[in-house]
Amino acid sequence: MGVFRRIWVLGKRSKLDREIEDELREHMRMRIHDNIAKGMSPAEAARAARLRFGNPTLMKERVDAEDAALGLDSLFRDVRYAIRGFAKNRAFTAVAILTLALGIGANTAVFQLLDAVRLRSLPIQKPQELAELRIIGGTQGFGINYGPYGHFTIPMWQEIRRHHDAFSGVIAWKGAGMQVGKRNEAKNVHGLEVSGEFFTVLGVSPWQGRLIEPQDEAECTISKVVVSYPYWKSEMGGVAITPNSTMIVEGRSVQVLGVTPPSFFGMVVGDRFDLAYPTCIPPRPPRNVFDFSVMGRLKSGWNLDRASAYLGSLSPGIFQSTTPTGYGPGATKQYQAFRLAAYPAGAGVSTLRNAYDTSLQLLLAITGLVLLIACANLANLMLARASVRQREMAIRMALGASRRRLLRQLLIESGLLAVSGAALGVALAQPLSRLLVASLSTSQGSIQLSIVTDWRVLLFATAVAALTCIVFGTVPAMRGISADPITSLKPGERGTTGSRERFSVQRLMVITQIAVSMVLLVGALLFVRSYRNLMTFDPGMRESGITVGFFDYSTLTIKPENEAEFKRRLVDDVRGLPGVQNAATTNTIPLDGSSWSHEVHVGATEGSSKFTYVSPSYFATMGIPLLTGRNFAATDTSDSPHVLIVNQAFVRRFLGASQPIGQLVRVMPEPQYPESTYEVIGTIPDTKYNNLREDTPPIAFVPATQLPVTAQGPWMSMMIASNDSPAAINVVRRSIHAKYPDMNLEFHDFQQGIRDNLVADRMMAMLSGFFGLLAAVLVVVGLYGVLSYFITQRRNEIGIRIALGARRWQVIGMVMRDTAAMLLLGVAFGTGLALIAGRSASAMLFGLKAYDPVTLAFAVTLLSVIAALASWLPARNAANLDPVAALRSE
Amino acid sequence: MAKNDLQGALDLLIFKTLSQLGSMHGYGIVMHIERVSDELLNVEEGSLYPALHRMEQSGWVRSEWAVTESSRKAKFYTLTAAGRKQLAAREKNWEQVVKGVQAILGFV
Repeated sequence: MGVFRRIWVLGKRSKLDREIEDELREHMRMRIHDNIAKGMSPAEAARAARLRFGNPTLMKERVDAEDAALGLDSLFRDVRYAIRGFAKNRAFTAVAILTLALGIGANTAVFQLLDAVRLRSLPIQKPQELAELRIIGGTQGFGINYGPYGHFTIPMWQEIRRHHDAFSGVIAWKGAGMQVGKRNEAKNVHGLEVSGEFFTVLGVSPWQGRLIEPQDEAECTISKVVVSYPYWKSEMGGVAITPNSTMIVEGRSVQVLGVTPPSFFGMVVGDRFDLAYPTCIPPRPPRNVFDFSVMGRLKSGWNLDRASAYLGSLSPGIFQSTTPTGYGPGATKQYQAFRLAAYPAGAGVSTLRNAYDTSLQLLLAITGLVLLIACANLANLMLARASVRQREMAIRMALGASRRRLLRQLLIESGLLAVSGAALGVALAQPLSRLLVASLSTSQGSIQLSIVTDWRVLLFATAVAALTCIVFGTVPAMRGISADPITSLKPGERGTTGSRERFSVQRLMVITQIAVSMVLLVGALLFVRSYRNLMTFDPGMRESGITVGFFDYSTLTIKPENEAEFKRRLVDDVRGLPGVQNAATTNTIPLDGSSWSHEVHVGATEGSSKFTYVSPSYFATMGIPLLTGRNFAATDTSDSPHVLIVNQAFVRRFLGASQPIGQLVRVMPEPQYPESTYEVIGTIPDTKYNNLREDTPPIAFVPATQLPVTAQGPWMSMMIASNDSPAAINVVRRSIHAKYPDMNLEFHDFQQGIRDNLVADRMMAMLSGFFGLLAAVLVVVGLYGVLSYFITQRRNEIGIRIALGARRWQVIGMVMRDTAAMLLLGVAFGTGLALIAGRSASAMLFGLKAYDPVTLAFAVTLLSVIAALASWLPARNAANLDPVAALRSE
Repeated sequence: MAKNDLQGALDLLIFKTLSQLGSMHGYGIVMHIERVSDELLNVEEGSLYPALHRMEQSGWVRSEWAVTESSRKAKFYTLTAAGRKQLAAREKNWEQVVKGVQAILGFV
């Protein structure tokens, strides 16, 4: 085929070119020859031939255009020409590409994170078939829930394992912290307890050795484990697994069966597991502990709706046969009304989704807006460049270049910028998204997310680049070729100087920039102020200088009858240490997200209240004042009458207008918690419970000694007040270790723990603040650029004004009025947009509303100052214009 | 109806000329058409060469450099088999266009 031959000789383009030239030249010569033969003079003959033939260059281009290979080649030539142009204008190119790279990079980074958290499938076989089974609406406080993924009790799991018609296989798993290594050098690792069919149903095949199989699910002491690839690499040196491979887990030597593949990180996105071990069914499994996550692989022909309907019809039977004993009739009825349903799980499960979904989407919107501002800047730059190049365009047009050809040239130029910006942006996105993930990590734990550039990310970046190219490239290109060659080429003419239309496009860009940056600034201010509110919020108790200590004395084998005395002695020991101001035990650490509640009846009022079991010094340690009544005392023991100190929310909810002290509160029974009646002996103010954002629920405090012994474990947590936490931790650790060498101790800072729960707010405050600033800087650059450009274009006019007697301040005023007009429009639009956008953010704000007038006023002031600063320099330059020089240069 | 456009006329003239002359250069084609049509038809070079190159791309004509009677080097175009087929199809087409135009002109 001719086309292939031509592409083949593309390298010999000059030859092909010459051929066409030769052919056309020969044609001319033959015509001249004939003309002379007709009797014309040679000069006349040549002129007549040229007249008839027309513009030879144009003609050649038209012949070229028919040639596919040559068309491609001219495209290369345009690209080369564009690159040459960019190389000549390095500052412009660098600014343009860098702006784009930053904009696209920020967008891609946020999208990458969103992709990793939400969109990517688990690295298992046919992930779309995987469904998670959950109780519709959750357990609503019934029983004991472990972790965010604990939805099933063991008896419920056993039932589902027997009836899973909708699924080709079902699995159960739960995460568990465990210790590996010899006792005195044990390390905490992330364990994953899995049912025997876990790996088979998921379709995960071993990297080394074998994985857990159904027959491994036998004994309740761990004897076999499977390790994750990263753990195997880092902790076991990647040594090949043999039947003799062992490790020490929870103080026991266990066999290492194999290694999971590198891609498999468990079921929780954002988390990891180090070792997996088979689950076991104890002889009498607790019926009220929801700690397993159960998933199934849908059979072919089944979808989630059908599976949910099936589970719904199965539910009454399941919950009937697994009802826990020891609950009151109300709770029992609640349990038996539970219904199961199937939910998609192909992308795994993650608490990150609830925690950061809105944040990340908002961030994506924010970075998108920043990119928009950057695009507007670029468009203005390109417009300015286009008018500088007006003469070039006019000359090319006069020489016969078609408008289409010039448009193509200009679009290729902006396309090149967009592509380079996008490539750099994608590269930039990698460290940026890692930084984002790092900013979400807390002192307690880091988020494990593999950030990879998959097809979704690339598609996103490409789409963004194409969009930006359209936004910043099209308008300038259309302008560039719309010039009239005649006016553009007239000496002294600066293209279409003073054309109102061109100016208004640039004005529109600046107004858009101001409006968008107004939205970003308002958002930034809202988030920063909200974070500040959270940080300075007084939860009603002491935050600073409080250390949370966790004492695990399971290795000490204390007899149950001595336990109360042992705990009392331990608290007294800690309280007596130098540097420790006070200390108290509590079963619930405030504001760490945990919760403990019981059903209570006060007279005819029934409801749920939070319960916290504390030692007498708790209120003094936490700086909570007693409003009425008395504090707990050493005389309040398990044998003395049961007593309560309640908060104001409790008083309002249950005690009403009557005098709270002396009222009786009935606490309804639960397994291990027999029904009991308490007397209110004191009241305290409302303190925040487990979340700063939530209203304080009713809370009842009970002496720790009155917690039923059956509900206690061989551990306790203590709040330790001191002036110098690190020193206090040292003293406590040393003195406890001296006395009880085998006791396990863990400490963390209370305030730090509270702040760790605010990472999402911190991230929003930091990033929206950063992008708000960036937007402001971009606006300064944009405004400065456009005003300078206007003034250069109006040099003549301004020169004449000054020559005719205009004062400096009049010239400055003229420029400033221009700015003020754009600012006014931009701010007006921006306020409207900010109010609309604020609605989506209002749920994330603390202590202020999205339509906060102070914030709006501050943003307007800030923008006004920025605009004034950005226009001052060009205005002064205009005022200092030398009229003689300005007029002479024309 | 796209094939029935009047612009196909130039292609048809070139095809026919080449089929009559066997092999000819661009200038010769212009002169032939002028002469045969008694100077009624005047082919513009600006349309002729793009058309010739387009036809070559489509594989309807092939070209080679040769020497003219006046011993000049020129690019000669020849119809290919595919070109001959095109000519037949286009001739038929043209007859219909002419018929159609005549019908329009003759309409009272």
